[in-house]
Amino acid sequence: MKFMDWLDERLAVRQLVKVMLTEYYVPKNINFLWSFGVLIMLVMAILFVSGIFLLMYYKPDANLAFDSVNKTIMMDVEYGWLFRHTHAVGASIMFLVLFIHMARGIYYGSYKAPREIVWITGYILFILMSATAFTGYLLPWGQMSYWAAQTITTLFEKIPFIGPDLVIWIRGNYIVEDATLTRFFALHVMLLPLLLAIFTAIHLYAVRIVGSNNEDGGELTKEDKKKGKGISFWPVFMAKEFFVMSVFLVFFFYLVFYQYKFAMDQINFIPADYLQTPHHIYPEWYFLAFYEVLRGFFFSQNLGLIAFLFSMFIVAFLPWLDTSPIKSGKHRPLYRIMFWIFVADFLFLTILGKLPATGLYAWLGFVGSIVFFIFFLALPIISRIEKKRLAGGM
Amino acid sequence: MAEERLSRRDFLLYAMGGWAVVGVGGVLYAMYKTWEPLPEVKAQATTKFDLSTVQPGEIKVVSWRGKPIFILRKSPDMVQCKDRSVKDEYTVVAGICTHLGCIPNWEPEKKTWHCPCHGGEYDACGKNIFGPPPRPLDVPPFKIEGNSIVLGEEGQEYKQMKEKGLTV
Repeated sequence: MKFMDWLDERLAVRQLVKVMLTEYYVPKNINFLWSFGVLIMLVMAILFVSGIFLLMYYKPDANLAFDSVNKTIMMDVEYGWLFRHTHAVGASIMFLVLFIHMARGIYYGSYKAPREIVWITGYILFILMSATAFTGYLLPWGQMSYWAAQTITTLFEKIPFIGPDLVIWIRGNYIVEDATLTRFFALHVMLLPLLLAIFTAIHLYAVRIVGSNNEDGGELTKEDKKKGKGISFWPVFMAKEFFVMSVFLVFFFYLVFYQYKFAMDQINFIPADYLQTPHHIYPEWYFLAFYEVLRGFFFSQNLGLIAFLFSMFIVAFLPWLDTSPIKSGKHRPLYRIMFWIFVADFLFLTILGKLPATGLYAWLGFVGSIVFFIFFLALPIISRIEKKRLAGGM
Repeated sequence: MAEERLSRRDFLLYAMGGWAVVGVGGVLYAMYKTWEPLPEVKAQATTKFDLSTVQPGEIKVVSWRGKPIFILRKSPDMVQCKDRSVKDEYTVVAGICTHLGCIPNWEPEKKTWHCPCHGGEYDACGKNIFGPPPRPLDVPPFKIEGNSIVLGEEGQEYKQMKEKGLTV
């Protein structure tokens, strides 16, 4: 304890622990969906550690990358396969927990005042995570890696005036080549993780200021906290969280050991070949819905691109699209209907994204893409209806 | 007196601020330049190819600046197009789908190129006939030297095509 006193005098650690953990109160009316934030932190830690070990043998060079992954790490390094499978499955599962975390935020109105900064930083984290996944996917230098990078970088060609030059600048070559690999590597292992850490810190800080939302959307006042209406983050909340984490880890390592193939596309075990596009290319499952919006407007490439950008960015504007004073979807029947249509549509787009975009599938993709946007466009209307109802005293 | 002190502070502030902007600008410019293609990439030479090695109905793929160039010697039963053909019977196009840059595959029985990514199709002249591609396959800059074609240089035939807006 003497050491703690010494440290406390110099770093005020006791105050820090109070603010961050023991006197940070979480409402009691939350359900297991509120455990996903900590799960994301857990997956992030798993990715970070497994990534460090992969980094020790991975070679960021177009001639060496494929073998350094598929031979050295997979066959020669003891337990190298474990770290690769953990990293690949971890990336996939990261998006699963992210989507659930975001869907919970949308359903219970966690983006609403005073939590706009929580929402915006969370959204930035989602974009950063997508960028990290995309840059990391190129590193094994297989056919899927290569053509995913080729296709997505080509998207920038459509930007007016600077597009064609910008693509060459991003790739550092006329095609995706060694220069592209090494810069994606630098972004994946250095810049993006650093930004992720910074924005995670801001995200958590913001949550400490405004507190967690809850099922009913009411706010805890200072008096409530004193009367014991909230529970402390540490140890009470985390005591339950540890149980959720344990169950999650059983599921996670079941995937790593027995079902890892879903995160390791067969086509990616063919070395990158810039003269041969695989017969059917598609992104990893977590990008399929957005990808389907891109393809959905099959009759106009530019419209598809605009819709794709829109589908990724519109989520950030939720707090300003939905101005209803009622927070939680639990007390918003209209909103609830739209929410479930949106979730169903997202799953529908995810399934369609994997199927070839021809004939009927092309049209279904178009309809699905339109429905995706209807949710966001309906929010201002739902808000108006609810405001009127409240004003009418109903 | 007070006024003078203030303006001196302002001067220092602007001078330092301006200097900082110059410094940051310089650093950003240097960072931007590091991502440009390396000289060895930029200096990638032109590619010369002997057209007479292609049999009628046959297609050959030549690599030019890392891009596949399709050279198809059309047989009489294929779609004809005077204005887009090189030496009347060859289709010379960049094998990069104008949709999202995938490489279309030649399907000999249908005599079309089919893009595996999003289902776009092109006829034997490289014209888009189905799916998302917004325009025909691009014609790379070329020059005719006897029986050979030089990719990467703009010859008379290419310039004529370019004027008609057929190359892009």
